[in-house]
Amino acid sequence: MENKNPCISVVDLTMAYGDFVVMRNLNFTINRGDIFIIMGGSGCGKSTLLRHMIGLKPPAKGEILYGDFNFWKAEPARRQEMMRHVGVLYQSGALWSSMTLAENVALPLQQYTRLSKEKIREQVSLKLSLVALAGFEDFYPSEISGGMRKRAGLARAMALDPEILFFDEPSAGLDPVSAKRLDDLILQLRDSLDATVVVVTHELASIFAIGSNSVFLDPESRTMIASGDPKKLLAEDHDPRIQTFLRRGETEEDQA
Amino acid sequence: MGDASVHLSLTGEEILTVHLKGKWQMETDVPSTETAMEQLDRHPSIKRIVFNAMALSSWDSSLVIFLFGISKLALGRKIQVDKDGLPPGVRQLMDLATAVPKREDAKQSVSRAGFFARVGSEATDFAKSAGDLVTFTGAAFEAFVRMVTGRARFRASDLWLFLQEAGAQAVPIVSLISFLVGLILAFVGVLQLSMFGAEVYVADLVGIAMVREMGAIMTGIIMAGRTGAAYAAQLGTMQVNEEIDALETLAVPPMEFLVLPRMVALTLMMPFLVLYANLMGILGGALVAVGMYNINILVYLNRTKAAIGLNDLFIGLFMGAVFGVLVALSGCLRGIECGRSASAVGDAATSAVVTGIVAIIIATAVITVLCSILGI
Repeated sequence: MENKNPCISVVDLTMAYGDFVVMRNLNFTINRGDIFIIMGGSGCGKSTLLRHMIGLKPPAKGEILYGDFNFWKAEPARRQEMMRHVGVLYQSGALWSSMTLAENVALPLQQYTRLSKEKIREQVSLKLSLVALAGFEDFYPSEISGGMRKRAGLARAMALDPEILFFDEPSAGLDPVSAKRLDDLILQLRDSLDATVVVVTHELASIFAIGSNSVFLDPESRTMIASGDPKKLLAEDHDPRIQTFLRRGETEEDQA
Repeated sequence: MGDASVHLSLTGEEILTVHLKGKWQMETDVPSTETAMEQLDRHPSIKRIVFNAMALSSWDSSLVIFLFGISKLALGRKIQVDKDGLPPGVRQLMDLATAVPKREDAKQSVSRAGFFARVGSEATDFAKSAGDLVTFTGAAFEAFVRMVTGRARFRASDLWLFLQEAGAQAVPIVSLISFLVGLILAFVGVLQLSMFGAEVYVADLVGIAMVREMGAIMTGIIMAGRTGAAYAAQLGTMQVNEEIDALETLAVPPMEFLVLPRMVALTLMMPFLVLYANLMGILGGALVAVGMYNINILVYLNRTKAAIGLNDLFIGLFMGAVFGVLVALSGCLRGIECGRSASAVGDAATSAVVTGIVAIIIATAVITVLCSILGI
């Protein structure tokens, strides 16, 4: 990445549920234009970290900075304003089940803009066609497949042309081909929208295909043990925990 | 073939051979490790255990468990166990099960709290949940004020849907229950009144009871079970599905978008349902009076008209509106604070009904006492 201006900085973050500390001493920076991977084994707090970054859970300690905007120290109203520039794709899609796909994608637009009904309709059909769901406007989330639901969730996340996109396990529950297509879509969107992308995942294929930077969370020591380009981590980092993860538990001799 | 059996033999004084025979299946009786233990106790000189599985015809996990039992005994007595004589599949399973040592810290520490500790934590939980209810009510009121000033965000189509669900669709069950309640009141009342030859006053009894209290209470309880539970389940499922998170990250307050239309719909519809329940109750009473005691229907209706004051009617309708708020609030509160599992949704629905009914009864008591103080 040529322009190295930080987009999100996490400073000395500690995450906890009550007294139970999930992760401590998290320090990393996400640059503009990065596809930043949050990786680690199941249950190590990846999604919790995401929930901290999108304003659903306040940190026990530490700060999250968007540029120089201190996210959790700010007034809730300012935080909401900030969230206008952020899109989130939840693990299960999290489409509102009582609303059609078109209404799902339209709601953020109605919430933040004063566009006319006609304009919103155009936006909605554009966003749905970007994720290859043109013509599905009047379907309810329960009437489409899991992969389609995920793509519809992505269309909703992109509704406001966000500068930052968060993905919680985008390829979970998708077949390898659909997962690959979603990865390609993420890359294309990053390039065309000039967005910064943060992805929570443990799919190795995705990590190497799209990741330009990453942080590795280790559940045993309850903190991050590495950060950087995942391909470089694979080649250069000699921590056995990272090597095991990135090589699916196989040693170098196994792969050769 | 034959059943599972085990036979032990000593080679010299140091080697114990375990002969495994027959079909080792979970459903059939398999030997326990006790005989082996007896042998080991009787011959403390044993240094090694070997296995002979030549006569073993089939096996499943029950054999593996038996062998683990033996290994454990051997380990305690520092005896070497030689697995070579076992079928390769058994050996693999045993290696697999012991490959990763048991994690001692993985077990959740289930500390049995003492009686007083539990009473204490229940009490603090109760205080906390009461606090949550007050906070939630405040937030709901705030949202309501925003709606009145036209700043609240919800979809009109949602409101219409909820009006229909809490109104027209509840009419059949409300009809049935209130008709029967009127009928029961008349039955019980007329028996007593007939002892004084005052059967006609059953119209007063049924009319006042229905209009002032029973119509509202019965409708409230029906709606708590019907609509309150539905609200809790709807919002709970949305919570499980991350739909509420998605609203929050878009800065759409769930309080306005989800709770407000439900609350408004139920509060608007409840007085209408109560009015209708009153009518059905009076008709139920009339059926008993006319059908069993030959009281003229016109006389019955005239007595009813004379007995019920406008005050009584309005108190009943007012209670109906209050119950609507309470049922909607408890349903939505339990739904919003629902955990993230299927059983949590069930708990939320149960708890919504219980909270709703308790709230209705408490509110009835408060309103009745207030009315008697104010002399209405």
